[in-house]
Amino acid sequence: MNTEARIKEKLEAGLEPIRLEVADESHLHAGHSGARAGGETHYRIKVASARFSGKGRVERHRMVYALLADEIAGGVHALALQTLAPSET
Amino acid sequence: MANVHDQITQEITQNPVVLFMKGTPEFPQCGFSGQVVQILDYLGAPFKGVNVLADAELRQGIKEFANWPTIPQLYVKGEFVGGCDIVREMFQSGELAAHLSDAGVELKQTAKA
Repeated sequence: MNTEARIKEKLEAGLEPIRLEVADESHLHAGHSGARAGGETHYRIKVASARFSGKGRVERHRMVYALLADEIAGGVHALALQTLAPSET
Repeated sequence: MANVHDQITQEITQNPVVLFMKGTPEFPQCGFSGQVVQILDYLGAPFKGVNVLADAELRQGIKEFANWPTIPQLYVKGEFVGGCDIVREMFQSGELAAHLSDAGVELKQTAKA
């Protein structure tokens, strides 16, 4: 399973999102210090979940980071995050 | 790591606005850090940039300090505000300027995106 698929699987399981988009943007960061040959370092994630309702931005991003801790420890360098509650979609 | 956490606490309590970043405000070495610098400059908010690339212990320690695994990290009046995405969202909605003003930070202009 590639990193994008693992990210999707973990967010699906952890957030039961009503909307989830994961895009590999590693190619946009080629040559940057966090980039690696083979990519899989930079992802843009847009996720909408009822679990975010009533929570601030920092707490929502921490939830995503916690679910993806293994990926971040294992080579994913940066996530561009947009986290929405259902009422904000 | 205790010393690093003390060092971070000292930075964020002695300076009203602190950005832990890669590179310096003059020469950011990461696009995400650079974006936050641009936003703070646009708002005319004076801030202290701390280059985590210059200190490996700080680079790791700041992630543990905020329970936040990435850099940049913006602090206002000792409180963690967020990383690049949150700062940009707050800037675009006008919340960042309001948050800074509420914290007593004098902005050179009250521009909104």
